[in-house]
Amino acid sequence: MTFALAIEQLLNGVQLGVMLFLMAAGLTLIFGVMGLINLAHGSLYMVGAFACATVAAFTGSFWLGLVASLAASAAAGALIEITVIRRLYARDHLDQVLATFALILIFSEGMRWLFGSFPLYLDIPPLLEGAVALPGGGQYPLYRLAIILAGALVALGLYGLISRTRLGMRIRAGESDREMIAALGVDIRTLYTLVFALGAALAGFAGGMVGALQSVQVGMGEPVLILAFVVIVIGGIGSIKGALIGALLVGVVDTMGRLLLPQVLSLMVPPAQAGLIGGALASMLIYILMAVILAVKPRGLFPAQA
Amino acid sequence: MADPVLSIQNLHKSFGALKATDGVSIDLHPGEIHALIGPNGAGKSTLIHQICGTVKPDSGTITLAGREIGRLPVAERARLGLGRTFQISSLAGEFSALRNVMLAVQAGQGSSFAFFKPVMRDRSLTDAAMDRLERVGLAARANVTASELSHGEKRQLEIAIALALDVKAFLLDEPMAGMGPEGSKVLTGFLDSLRQEAPILLVEHDMDAVFALADRISVLVYGRVIATGTVNEIRNDPAVRQAYLGDHA
Amino acid sequence: MSRENILNLVLALALLAVPYIAQAAGQPFTITLATRIAILALAATGLNIALGLGGLVSFGHAAFFGVGGYVAGILSSHAFSGDPMLFGLPGSKQMLVVWLVAMGTAGLLGLAIGVISLRTSGVYFIMITLAFAQMVYYFAMSWPAYGGEDGLSIVVRNQFPGVNTMRPMNFFMICYGVLLVGIVLSALIRSSRFGAALQAVRQNDVRVAAVGISPMPIRLTAFVLSAMLTAVAGALYADLNRFVSPSMLSWHMSGELIVLIILGGTGRLMGPVAGAALYVIFEHLLGGLTERWQFFLGLILLATVLFARGGLIGLIAGKVRHG
Repeated sequence: MTFALAIEQLLNGVQLGVMLFLMAAGLTLIFGVMGLINLAHGSLYMVGAFACATVAAFTGSFWLGLVASLAASAAAGALIEITVIRRLYARDHLDQVLATFALILIFSEGMRWLFGSFPLYLDIPPLLEGAVALPGGGQYPLYRLAIILAGALVALGLYGLISRTRLGMRIRAGESDREMIAALGVDIRTLYTLVFALGAALAGFAGGMVGALQSVQVGMGEPVLILAFVVIVIGGIGSIKGALIGALLVGVVDTMGRLLLPQVLSLMVPPAQAGLIGGALASMLIYILMAVILAVKPRGLFPAQA
Repeated sequence: MADPVLSIQNLHKSFGALKATDGVSIDLHPGEIHALIGPNGAGKSTLIHQICGTVKPDSGTITLAGREIGRLPVAERARLGLGRTFQISSLAGEFSALRNVMLAVQAGQGSSFAFFKPVMRDRSLTDAAMDRLERVGLAARANVTASELSHGEKRQLEIAIALALDVKAFLLDEPMAGMGPEGSKVLTGFLDSLRQEAPILLVEHDMDAVFALADRISVLVYGRVIATGTVNEIRNDPAVRQAYLGDHA
Repeated sequence: MSRENILNLVLALALLAVPYIAQAAGQPFTITLATRIAILALAATGLNIALGLGGLVSFGHAAFFGVGGYVAGILSSHAFSGDPMLFGLPGSKQMLVVWLVAMGTAGLLGLAIGVISLRTSGVYFIMITLAFAQMVYYFAMSWPAYGGEDGLSIVVRNQFPGVNTMRPMNFFMICYGVLLVGIVLSALIRSSRFGAALQAVRQNDVRVAAVGISPMPIRLTAFVLSAMLTAVAGALYADLNRFVSPSMLSWHMSGELIVLIILGGTGRLMGPVAGAALYVIFEHLLGGLTERWQFFLGLILLATVLFARGGLIGLIAGKVRHG
């Protein structure tokens, strides 16, 4: 293994982590503020990807597609919040799980109805084509670097939004004291719709960006959703900071595990078996990481409330 | 004097800079009702949590019938004979009153790992539970779902549950809370007879009940016991008067 | 007899009658549908011990269902090829052996997952059980010895003493029999001391600890029992399809098992049976009309959760009663 390969895989891990952060941030925000577990978050990711691919194909502009992914997922988020989700805040987690599971079925089949079963493809915008030279002699795709940058900007933006703005103050107040801010005359229903749409837009943004790296198809959201769950369980549910660190941890451990485990094992067992066992172990690695972290800290690395 | 049944020695608990429990020592002797009083924020709740096991003390010991229990889990303390009631009624809300008591009888008998015999046909459970309900005057309401009982009935049920355990010491957390004057009177009479069963550490705001029942009173202020004594001693204690009335006399 | 008990009896008899009528009418496919109902009902009955009685919303029971399926597939493939398995043990074509091994394996897996997951509660528990099931899923996908993502075929359905299991009616009766045993077991558990403690833990675990019963061992036992019963259903499911694949382990399967319980009615003894029957009938009827039947299933499920919390049995028999 070369140094360049290691750097490349590390960057891939960070890029995966950034995508997971965009998903996990929305999930954890929605849970922190409204106490809701939303399985359909992966569907909003899928909506963003389809919107981006469709609009980009129609207009020829990736950038318009990206705007469309934000708009479509935020709109879809606001729509389901108003029609379904707000009836679930006072319900128990089982009801939330079931209702949002039903939403997944509706979204998935609905998208298949609209777009058919064939995957869509999305080209990398010309501006971000090509590669950058890495120290050690490797090359790294510019587009993936751009995703990492975009994720970093979103993380900064979210931090600013939550710690510096009036909306952020209300979000933080909503986490700790629902009745109080309602009593102070803040329209809590609108606030919840806004927060939900914001989370949806983050998921849609991730979906839009990933469309240029992989095929856009029904069901693409669920694997990412489950990884995002692992992320927020590790980070501590309700904590944006936990989501960021958890996401990077999961992204890097997963990517590096797939690279390193077979090689480490090949020092001990024959190469064919090392590849086999290493591959299987690597696919389980982040779950093992989660189990270990939970065994030590059952509420995650950064528990939001005492 | 006989050895205390429940003995708390030099208990400390801090939350950051706040000393919630600051060197508390309290003894509970056989047959006595020992009332614990104090203004709001004095640290009564934290103390109760430490006695029953939901909060771990920083230092100090809690012994029940000669056995150190200060580091044991909640369920283990209950098995050793600490019978508690809750400040806010805490019951299995979907179960009938009878089944709530049966659960305690079952716990007292030992194992809950029996998978085949129906509990409702187990006379050792139903009879014993019915007996406890009769003693607190709730037998007529045995088949009512716990969540549908009135406030006072829930308090009675709490005590019936405590009675069902083989209790060495009762820890009653504001049993009078929310009771009307009539209910309080009945309950006071009942608690008076309960001390035959096992001594009671009574945390209570209702001073009429405290003065009527308590053999001894301890006054907790800012995490410290500022006085312990008989009703008369406490009434006339200058430190207590100052804490409660702001007297400088 | 209460209305719910009458309904339970009607359900049990109807599920038994349908295949006989189907056979008389020359509709063998309907026997397969009834078998599917019985197996899914058994899987959900297993889940219902954790979820209905204990309030443990496991979103990872597909792991146990799939493990049961893989045990059936792996034992039979070794019996077929004659190669020894782990520790040199032989495979087996006997259902009774398969079920025992399935229960044992799922029990151990349930113990491991339970010990970690039950340290948490609420939404953490949901996500963690989901994640662990996903771990098992990816393991099955990436482990090529037993087919990887292509799955594993069972050439000849496993055997049961004295019965030709390849005849659909016989296999239905086996599944139906196991389902009845599962239901009776779960009814016994529900009314036992253990069941009392488990249901009390769901309602108020602080109270349960205060009377001297530790909640954790109660929950863990329920989780393991639940996993074992669901695994037997998984083994039968593999024998029904004569095929196992990672899809039996997928999160979608975990979701479906919860859906079965909710469609039938949570906290009901026969809720899983009613739910499985509804689900398979929906799937069959809607699936005949439109390829997009899951879209409508989603709408029905959403309506059930939002407006008909008691499920089918709740609609017919009224509120849950606890004696």
